[in-house]
Amino acid sequence: MPLDQSFAGRSYPPTEPYEVGREKIREFAEAIGDPNPAYTDPEAARALGHEDVIAPPTFVFAITFQAAGQVIQDPKLGLDYARVVHGDQRFVYTRPVRAGDRLTVTSVIETVRSMAGNEILDVRGEVHDAAGEHVVTAYTKLVARQKDDGEDRA
Amino acid sequence: MTAQIAYAEVATGDELPSAVFPVTRETLVRYAGASGDFNPIHWNERFAKEVGLPDVIAHGMFTMAAAIRVVTDWAGDPAAVVEYGVRFTKPVVVPDDDTGARIEVSATVAAKLDDEARTVRVDLIARSAGQKVLGMARAVVRLA
Repeated sequence: MPLDQSFAGRSYPPTEPYEVGREKIREFAEAIGDPNPAYTDPEAARALGHEDVIAPPTFVFAITFQAAGQVIQDPKLGLDYARVVHGDQRFVYTRPVRAGDRLTVTSVIETVRSMAGNEILDVRGEVHDAAGEHVVTAYTKLVARQKDDGEDRA
Repeated sequence: MTAQIAYAEVATGDELPSAVFPVTRETLVRYAGASGDFNPIHWNERFAKEVGLPDVIAHGMFTMAAAIRVVTDWAGDPAAVVEYGVRFTKPVVVPDDDTGARIEVSATVAAKLDDEARTVRVDLIARSAGQKVLGMARAVVRLA
């Protein structure tokens, strides 16, 4: 069944704040195998002009994708999550995420469309800090495939 | 923000130092835990094959994280990356052995965007097993 096209432009309420911890950043940096001291050593981060350790550029995806769950699991939208693959991902940063941040995400459905039998959903996640300042926007393209041919999974 | 590469010293066509990132099953389990993405296609061979994949595949977001290291290592400060986007075109297939897979990343300064903001566009190429695994992989980087 095609997705409900009237969902384009729909905005979801901001999430409860996610508090970014130094050790969570460290765990993530180790998981991607990146020894950059800006991720683990507050002094090294400060030497670069940051208030505390910063997170690798893609760290915030875990937060925005969880927020996008509101959209993906919205029963009225009718997305079959078992068929969903991650098509594109883009981040636009005002500043890096850093330890101590309390981040909220506002998810917006940018577009809903059908192409070659696939349902394509573009979700934008606006990430703000506790002061209400913009930190980063995540643009996530999800593709619900018509047939499960196993390609292009990510 | 203190990038260590000066905008004035960079020219379109410059190549960044390339890098190779190994990915084993252990890498994927660790990434699943750190990122919270426990989709079984990234750790369960039986499940991956049931849904038509050749084997367990890496998280697309792991590949995205590995690729940008070529840029952050070059720029010095990871905060120099002001924009970063990719398309997930092919999966990185990770066999259950001691070597796993390799992600080979190269990058080129594709354009100098803004003399005042000192931003450049860097185009990335990520390959695994001879195939491009990311498409349209681009970063906008603010230099010193």
